[in-house]
Amino acid sequence: MSKALNTFTNGLLRENPTFGLVLGMCPTLATTTSAINGMSMGLATLFVLVCSNVVISLLRNLIPDKVHIPAYIVVIASFVTMVQLLMQAYLPAIYETLGLFIPLIVVNCIVLGRAEAFAAKNNAGLSALDGLGMGLGFTLSLTVLGAVRELLGSGMCFNMPVFPENYGMLIFVLAPGAFIALAYLMALIQKLMKK
Amino acid sequence: MVYLLIIISAIFVNNIVFSQFLGICPFLGVSKKIDTAAGMGAAVTFVLTLATVVTYLLQHFVLIPFHVEFLQTILFILVIAALVQMIEIVLKKISPSLYQALGVFLPLITTNCCILGVAILVGDGTWAGKVPGAEANLLQGTIYAFATAVGFAVALILFAGIREQLAMNKIPKAMQGTPIALLTAGLLAMAFMGFSGVV
Repeated sequence: MSKALNTFTNGLLRENPTFGLVLGMCPTLATTTSAINGMSMGLATLFVLVCSNVVISLLRNLIPDKVHIPAYIVVIASFVTMVQLLMQAYLPAIYETLGLFIPLIVVNCIVLGRAEAFAAKNNAGLSALDGLGMGLGFTLSLTVLGAVRELLGSGMCFNMPVFPENYGMLIFVLAPGAFIALAYLMALIQKLMKK
Repeated sequence: MVYLLIIISAIFVNNIVFSQFLGICPFLGVSKKIDTAAGMGAAVTFVLTLATVVTYLLQHFVLIPFHVEFLQTILFILVIAALVQMIEIVLKKISPSLYQALGVFLPLITTNCCILGVAILVGDGTWAGKVPGAEANLLQGTIYAFATAVGFAVALILFAGIREQLAMNKIPKAMQGTPIALLTAGLLAMAFMGFSGVV
């Protein structure tokens, strides 16, 4: 029980993909123009992460060692294609905004990294928990970064106005703001973690 | 004329790192020294241009005729992974000196999202929307891919130069490591914003 709990919270806090491991930076920076966008990207990755972790864990004794990386990539790419088609059908607006970054979940280092580091060595239940923890950790960081950028950039939070109409530092919605907001958030977390 | 526009747009205006956020991992990972940055830049240029040609042909002669466009992601990533392996083997045989220079970076390139990203952009033809007058054909797409890779190399080398200087300065404890690197990248991105509107 405690092992399961440990596995779950590991990705959520200690080894948070964004702030702890610094993996998957491209979607983190590109899709967090608003809290909703960040959250949708996080949830799409969460789905792929949990499914691919479970399948890879079930197949781990069948896949020959020599071809394990291509085999993992095929499994991951299949789930990414599934997410892509599902989002296209049911959430076309979000699919439009996230665009290229949905197929690019395939090359997100978190997914392959967890398959290699965790799912290849543990049973399906634990792998699912690991995927869930890591995915939620990723979703959480993307949502926080998205919320900060949205608040500073357009004075809104989850599309609800917080500040008066004409407020907003446009730069935070644009490319440089992504780097700068993430830099300060990361510095803040480094400072808090030390204590 | 349109070729010049494509090149300027891909290198400066829509720089792959600073405005499209592709290839951030190697951008942060291998940018501590100018030498390694230049090596990585050269390796990416080589692989990206080749991969784009191959995936474009696959998209137009396999995926579209057979109406299986939804297999794009799976096919492209496998082709890129195989291509990187092949380039590694061929380079080792033909040009050991080039292999010495690029060898270490090649395995890293498979998971570099700018390769798959640009392959998809060129395969779908969506890149042409950003350059007035451009057509999404093989020649222009290849030029776009090559210029994008040069843009990546430019960004990487600029950033490495700044980081080499940064290593000698005293930085507040909380900002050390990734945060200061991201902040520097943010300021560089702001500088690159100055190019917007050129094309």
